[in-house]
Amino acid sequence: MNAPAFRAATDGSSSPVVISVKNVSKRFGEAKSNQSVLALDNVSLDIRKGEFVCLLGPSGCGKSTLLNIIGGLTDASSGSARIDGREIKGPTPDAISFVFQESTLFPWYTIVENFNIALKFQGVPQSEWSDRTMKALKSVGMATFANHYPNQLSVGMRQRVNMARGIALKTDVLLMDEPFAALDEQTRMVLGEDLSTLLAETGKTIVFVTHSLAEAVFLSDRIIVMTARPGRIKTVVEVGEPHPRSPDFMLEPRFSELRNELYALLRDEIRAATAAMRDPVSAPVSLHGG
Amino acid sequence: MNGKEGNTLATRAIQVGFLVAVGLVWWALAANRMVTPLFLPHPEAVWRAFARLVSGGQFWSAVGVTLTSIVQAYGIAVVSGLAVGYLVSRSRYSTRLFEPLIAACFAVPITLFFPIFILVFGIGPASKVAYGAVYGFFPVALNTIAGFSGVGAHYVKAARSMGASRSQMFRHVLLPAAFPVVVTGLRISFFICFASVLGGEAISSASGVGNNIAHAAELMEPARMFAWIVFVIVTAIILNMVVSHVESRGREH
Repeated sequence: MNAPAFRAATDGSSSPVVISVKNVSKRFGEAKSNQSVLALDNVSLDIRKGEFVCLLGPSGCGKSTLLNIIGGLTDASSGSARIDGREIKGPTPDAISFVFQESTLFPWYTIVENFNIALKFQGVPQSEWSDRTMKALKSVGMATFANHYPNQLSVGMRQRVNMARGIALKTDVLLMDEPFAALDEQTRMVLGEDLSTLLAETGKTIVFVTHSLAEAVFLSDRIIVMTARPGRIKTVVEVGEPHPRSPDFMLEPRFSELRNELYALLRDEIRAATAAMRDPVSAPVSLHGG
Repeated sequence: MNGKEGNTLATRAIQVGFLVAVGLVWWALAANRMVTPLFLPHPEAVWRAFARLVSGGQFWSAVGVTLTSIVQAYGIAVVSGLAVGYLVSRSRYSTRLFEPLIAACFAVPITLFFPIFILVFGIGPASKVAYGAVYGFFPVALNTIAGFSGVGAHYVKAARSMGASRSQMFRHVLLPAAFPVVVTGLRISFFICFASVLGGEAISSASGVGNNIAHAAELMEPARMFAWIVFVIVTAIILNMVVSHVESRGREH
């Protein structure tokens, strides 16, 4: 019982497992039909408290599907996912919140109303609403826009607010589905820095889907590299840099080494994925399956 | 936004100017007898006819019959259109099944069936109410289907991930998302009911504003006919302004 302290410092495995994915497969369409697609094939993954994990892979490798299964928005065809030991059978808004790709702020509500309604849906007592909302808005520097409507803000500001909404929700886990995909590169980098800082402050566990290599390296503790469809875990890359991370991290040789390593890992998969897209028999359904 | 406000003022001026111009052309044509008074009576004659109408006592009863018919027709159209539209929009299959059917029915000139309405509901206001309600039903139903089936899937997904209950989803996501499209249907339906009831009265009825217009035409009393027509036009303009105002107020919430 004396040893664990030392081991914890070296491999970071002292924190409890929050999300546990066991042998999850997902097939879209009837198994016998030639229209059916195996999106995920026997994926197992443990995510620890406070970890920032990126799911990285070519388009259509099932990374968004895996995120939706963890979030309870999609059922797994086989295998199981657990959050804090509970089997996930539907959305668990008390434990998990999402930040989606598109700005999913409701355009008919102001920013504050958007936060309030999310907290209301979640069942958070009304007395906590204003405190949580203002804290989260301040943390992304958007407090002065609280009473604006989303379409009065720029795309970058909207995604900043959208991210803050995820943070304001009373959950320990944040699932992010390519939240920065619609943004230009500069805005993306700045938001990435903010996210790294926020993560260090809130201690939330984050699962982040991306196909940007630099984003994955800059943000993650662990990068789960997935294969082309059917999605399997190809390998796991540890980044091992404490949060919050400064932009200087991107200038370190280790950053480009990791980035190149990821690129080498992904290159074959991306080629396989593009080949599958050109061939309608092996990839008969959508290219946007994530 | 300020540039737009200025434009709105200029737009309003042009709109009012258009109405004034129409009035002046009427006046000029009638005063110079360029058109026979049988087709286009002098505005002053129309005004005198209008004054006689209003003091005559039958005016308000005719207006009452027509307005009551419009309100009843519109009420039935709105309630049935919203209910049917919402139910159809609930599943993708029923939308695919019923939406083209309802759209096809709306494309049929329902006016052709007007004699059947008279046969079934008689010559009194009931036939006009039924006719207006049937015509007005379609835009409400179609826009309700379009509004609710067009709610962005990403909003529903986000709300679901936050744990929204069914009623919360309806109240805070589906309803506000569908609202603008549904309101457009309500507005179109209102003017269809308005036109249907008046048109129905003009074709075949024993009372109401439309009946009075047709009657004045048959008796070759153009001044009285135009007095009614101008009254209807002014009423329509006022109602349109009221509806636009209510609509823009509604959109803000």
